[in-house]
Amino acid sequence: MKTFWSRFLGNPRVYLGLLWLGLLLVVAIAANVLAPTDPFAIVGKPMAAPGGEFWLGTDSLGRNVLAGLIHGSRATILIAVLATLFAVAFGTFMGAVAGYYGGLIDDVLMRFTEFFQTIPSFLFAIVLIAILSPSALNLVVAIATVSWPPIARVVRGEVLTVKSREFVQAAVVAGQGDAAILLKQVLPNTLSPLIVTGSLLIATAILAESALSFLGLGAPNVMSWGFMIGAGRSFMREAWWLVTVPGIAILLTVLAINLVGEGLNDALNPRLADL
Amino acid sequence: MKSGSLGSYIARRLLQTIPVILGVVIVNFLLLQLAPGDLATVLAGEAGGAPKEYIDQLRARFGHDQPVYVQLFNYMKNLLFLDLGYSFRQSAPVLELLLKRLGPTLLLMGSTLVVSLGLGILMGLLAALWVRTWKDHVISVVAIIVYATPLFWVGLMLVLVFSIWLDWFPTSGMEDVVAFHEGWARFVDIAHHLVLPTLTLSLFYLALYARLMRASMLEQRGLDYVITARAKGQTERKITTRHVFRNALLPVVTMAGVQTGGLLGGSVVVEAIFAWPGLGQLAYQSLFARDYNLLLGIFFMSAVLVVIVNLIVDVIYVFLDPRIRIG
Repeated sequence: MKTFWSRFLGNPRVYLGLLWLGLLLVVAIAANVLAPTDPFAIVGKPMAAPGGEFWLGTDSLGRNVLAGLIHGSRATILIAVLATLFAVAFGTFMGAVAGYYGGLIDDVLMRFTEFFQTIPSFLFAIVLIAILSPSALNLVVAIATVSWPPIARVVRGEVLTVKSREFVQAAVVAGQGDAAILLKQVLPNTLSPLIVTGSLLIATAILAESALSFLGLGAPNVMSWGFMIGAGRSFMREAWWLVTVPGIAILLTVLAINLVGEGLNDALNPRLADL
Repeated sequence: MKSGSLGSYIARRLLQTIPVILGVVIVNFLLLQLAPGDLATVLAGEAGGAPKEYIDQLRARFGHDQPVYVQLFNYMKNLLFLDLGYSFRQSAPVLELLLKRLGPTLLLMGSTLVVSLGLGILMGLLAALWVRTWKDHVISVVAIIVYATPLFWVGLMLVLVFSIWLDWFPTSGMEDVVAFHEGWARFVDIAHHLVLPTLTLSLFYLALYARLMRASMLEQRGLDYVITARAKGQTERKITTRHVFRNALLPVVTMAGVQTGGLLGGSVVVEAIFAWPGLGQLAYQSLFARDYNLLLGIFFMSAVLVVIVNLIVDVIYVFLDPRIRIG
């Protein structure tokens, strides 16, 4: 029986994914060192083609595309990760309570979850931001609001299978309180599907964040990849790179997260790996 | 199956949709309360300022001076009679605007459903038949990449390549309005305009269905009934087409139903890119006009649409899978 790490890291797809994500993380952290000037600053003549003075060219106002890309990685990653963390926290709470207590509480919470799964989620996020006004915090709130239901379902399913096991009954007999049993006995055993679902959720959150920023609902005065594509859209005829380059960055990042997430899934659930 | 039992099944499912619709109505109402500035102040601001008495008068006219629960009750009563309010920006009742835009969106969604399901199922089927060969790997890798591509970027790239560089397809709109095409020529014109938006909206779902179909085929192929069929002496070809393929379709149909909401969200982006005159474009326009009545009307309509599609999928499912007892 191979260990988790050898199964996880022995997968070349995971390797490629981790490579890109590692690079991205370094870029995001060192953004101010790698591109010291403000990404909104005008540094050259407008729409200079890539390969000249600026590696990836300049945009319609003469802003450095590479600097935008570097600083944009920050907003995109931060918003997506925060939204995912909120969604995981809330979804875990809902799923754990529903699964653990069962009965009427389960019914009510699951109807609530189903409701959020039924309504068109991206449209709901748009409506939320339009009414709350666009800002980084509201982006996080809107994306988290539409992404928690899968987490709640996964956690509930796991809690249902775990709660009837002997060690949980032993904890009940030993007189542990509900909160202690949930946190110490039940939830640690739901971790592996939670990690897989959560990691894949970051990818969805990045896609949602960039689509919202593209539509003009992103955080104002914050450089993000979706915003760059939205701003470059009107100049596609003259400057193809304005739209192409940030799009490739989003594509590679989402792809890398999906590869790592699926690698995690294969490594944590080896019996399903063949499917 | 008796038709009576199917009828009562549909009736029961219809009843189950009521809480969802009610939930959307309440969410809509709460969002309207959250929206900055009520209608009265917006209208007064538009007129270049107004005395407080006038604003109060307006509020009373819209019923905004009453307690919240009375307002909620009135709002629900209005919706029950399909009164979705009035769009002061577009100077028309919201319902009228929505109905005008529903057709193009349904056309886009329908063509997307056909393309993504048809090609997705085909690709997944082929990948499963060629499992672990280079052809399977090519399909799987392409599907993984497409699955990670932002929808709006696909649209822009297609415009860049096929409209700007190659000039094969128009960049925007649903038809060439100044050409005044009629009959067949108009059909061809709309189909021509439909290609890129459909492709944009389809690609993600195509990849999703292809991956699901492949996994589902491989799963079904290992089940006991396949061994039984083989023991009966059925040919592999018949086992695949008669048994495995049909059973493998079920999760894909379920997924297609689940994705309706996503499809509507995607159509906002696609319609904004291609200036497709549907609900999505209307939503995009109402965003920046701060036309909340209209925006929430679109949200309500979309939720109702999702509920209806889910209902249809459930009914289709009963026909596809006789194991489901509906009595």
